[in-house]
Amino acid sequence: MNSIEQMISNFEEQSKYPAKAVAKVMKETGKKAVGCFPYYTPEEIVYAAGMLPIGLWGGQTEIKSADKYLQSFCCSIMRANVEMGMKGTYDLLSAVIIPTYCDTLKCICENWKTAVPNIYLIPMVYPQNIRIEAGVTYMMAEFKRVQAELEKVSGRAITEKDLLDSIEVYETYRKTMQEFVSIVNQYPNTLNARTRHFIIKAAYFSDKKSYTAKVAELIAELKKLPAEKFDGLKVVITGILAEPAALLDSFVENNIAFAADDLAQESRQFRTCIGSGKTAVEKLARRMSDQSCSLLYDDKKTRGQLLIDLVKENNADGVVVSMMKFCDPEEFDYPIFKKELEAAKIPMLYLEIEQQMDAAEQIRTRIQSFAEMMDKH
Amino acid sequence: MDQKVSSKDLLGQMLAKHYDDAIEAKKAGELVAWSTSIAPQELLETMGIKVVYPENHAAAIGARKCAQEFIDYSESGGYSTDLCSYARVNLGYMNIQESIAGNIPLPDFIFCCNNICNTVIKWYENIAKELNIPMILFDMPFNHTYEVPDHSVQYIRGQFDHAILQLEEISGRKFDHDKFKEVMKISSETAKWWKKATALAAAKPSPLNGFDLFNYMAAIVCMRGKQEGLDIFKLWAEELQGKIDRGEGPWKDTEEQYRVMWDGIACWPYLADTYKVLKKNGINMVTSTYPDSWTIVYDSDDLDGMARAYSSNYVNRNLEYGADNIVKIVKDFSLDGVVFHSNRSCKLMDFRTFEVQRKVHARTGVPSVIFDGDQTDPRAFSLAQYETRIQALKEMMEENKKAEMMEEKKERIDG
Repeated sequence: MNSIEQMISNFEEQSKYPAKAVAKVMKETGKKAVGCFPYYTPEEIVYAAGMLPIGLWGGQTEIKSADKYLQSFCCSIMRANVEMGMKGTYDLLSAVIIPTYCDTLKCICENWKTAVPNIYLIPMVYPQNIRIEAGVTYMMAEFKRVQAELEKVSGRAITEKDLLDSIEVYETYRKTMQEFVSIVNQYPNTLNARTRHFIIKAAYFSDKKSYTAKVAELIAELKKLPAEKFDGLKVVITGILAEPAALLDSFVENNIAFAADDLAQESRQFRTCIGSGKTAVEKLARRMSDQSCSLLYDDKKTRGQLLIDLVKENNADGVVVSMMKFCDPEEFDYPIFKKELEAAKIPMLYLEIEQQMDAAEQIRTRIQSFAEMMDKH
Repeated sequence: MDQKVSSKDLLGQMLAKHYDDAIEAKKAGELVAWSTSIAPQELLETMGIKVVYPENHAAAIGARKCAQEFIDYSESGGYSTDLCSYARVNLGYMNIQESIAGNIPLPDFIFCCNNICNTVIKWYENIAKELNIPMILFDMPFNHTYEVPDHSVQYIRGQFDHAILQLEEISGRKFDHDKFKEVMKISSETAKWWKKATALAAAKPSPLNGFDLFNYMAAIVCMRGKQEGLDIFKLWAEELQGKIDRGEGPWKDTEEQYRVMWDGIACWPYLADTYKVLKKNGINMVTSTYPDSWTIVYDSDDLDGMARAYSSNYVNRNLEYGADNIVKIVKDFSLDGVVFHSNRSCKLMDFRTFEVQRKVHARTGVPSVIFDGDQTDPRAFSLAQYETRIQALKEMMEENKKAEMMEEKKERIDG
């Protein structure tokens, strides 16, 4: 195994076995860990408190206990999170932050209080009207409130310097990841749909600073190599996330690479840089004003144009919609950007996914037919 | 002697006028807004802008059993069948623009408040985008705390100020702060009388058959800021008091044997069916969580109070409050049971139902059932399942009553 393969294999290992990865990094750093629910949480503040922000994005698990709280038409990420909370998978966490971006998350936050009483809950509200000053002020107040909660959990005060240093770590992370997703186009065989995902996902179960250094090292190693020849399709993928792994394998098998993504679990996390402001929390708040996502108010509905731009910039052949079943915000965006993509004559593949999906057969067939159809054109 | 007009007749007349006025206003080139059902309509009323409420309209379409056409239209455009059916009906109507349930004019701008759910943000964004019109958003942060926190109140206040600027820009007119105070006064007064009238249902037997509540709800949504709205609820309260004084129950032909509340939105396409099954079993739906939803009460000059009142809608508050609220209703209305509607359209209510049900049962001992349905999508409801659940509820309530009687008898003997 050469060093690039080894690095990728390490990332994959971390992503596939989060509990083990988190326990390891906790031991290595001596830090406490705080679970961060989708979609955006103030990870910078957690990190500034000397703790590890850990991403909780569901996973493949059999749903048993969560049925006590949630009907079957609840999104699979949230059902998995409640299930894993109840069965003890998250017991190594000192707290969880649950933001209330959507109606489902509001309920998850409330159910958590009874369902998982042993893990300290920090509920949080991100304002939807964050492009007006009253929204920015509110956001700053929420960050300060959550900061005080995190200080209780970590047992130490967070200084302005701690926050600014942490923002610096995150800004480096974001810039590095922006570069990482952009070089996929030059190395689409090495950074195929599967490896690309696992590399990005590993960030959720690592110390951000050392993770960033590792990704930077991978980028540097890759850059020493000539650009790879690729005769498959390049697509832009959009949605909450593209999982389970079997789904990604189908793309690899059909020689389809992700030239760019608009996934909440991936690029939406790092494509927006820090905002301007006099204080650390103001910088964090103003960053949210610039953030775009289905979970955030956007009366201009800019997503369609964003996807069209991503297709053009990356010379992609089409767009894959990875639709998280039962996700209202994503499902509402779809008819609008669908029309815009159709008008721009961009081919589109719509896949409805659930994390606990084990019969990926139907999806595999759809990906294959899409590849064949595109091949003919 | 003049025959006095009943509140029910008045309700019919006023709702017809409400929709006609909006259509006429649109024809005359005046502004029309589409608004969510518990939004700060005070601002629009102050500006004299006509408003229609898509939720009400969608409910009316559902009740007239003609929702499917609109739903099909939306779904063919890519809207998932798992999305809120009010949204699917309304987004379909926006294009079809013709319904036997009555028509509404298209909006010139959108007025959206997420104290009822975040789904309305996405739904209204799409209207704004499709019609290329401005959107005014009131974001009411979810209260994971029991009460509304102060920084939320400040944020909402800031949004009122921003909305006033937006309204001035859209209409080209100045906002009249004196008139605003008047409207605030009427709105709060109407809400008080709505609460007062619906609270009379606590009498035994109840003068109110709760399905009437669903009808009057249209008026509290559409006419909360108007004198006519206030008049209706005063008249309704007077009529209900009259029934109480005469000892009249909800029905003329049968007696109220059991009293329940309905949690969640009505199944509009099956309004008659759901009603008949209850009545057949002697069950009167005395109340629901609706009365409190429009009890938006504050002092006429108190913007903080108004902000707090709008943010206090029970679905925007934490689960503990939600359970307390139902426990209080069970006690205040002397209920024998609770019917929970697991409404496929409303994730915000559904995903708390199981835990609320457990908490309410633990604290009151009152039995309850959950049935599957939907507010407007006719495909999500099964009459057979509903009937079975209601019968099960009746059996549990019967057991409780027997046990109570035994207890009383025992006390009498012991005493």
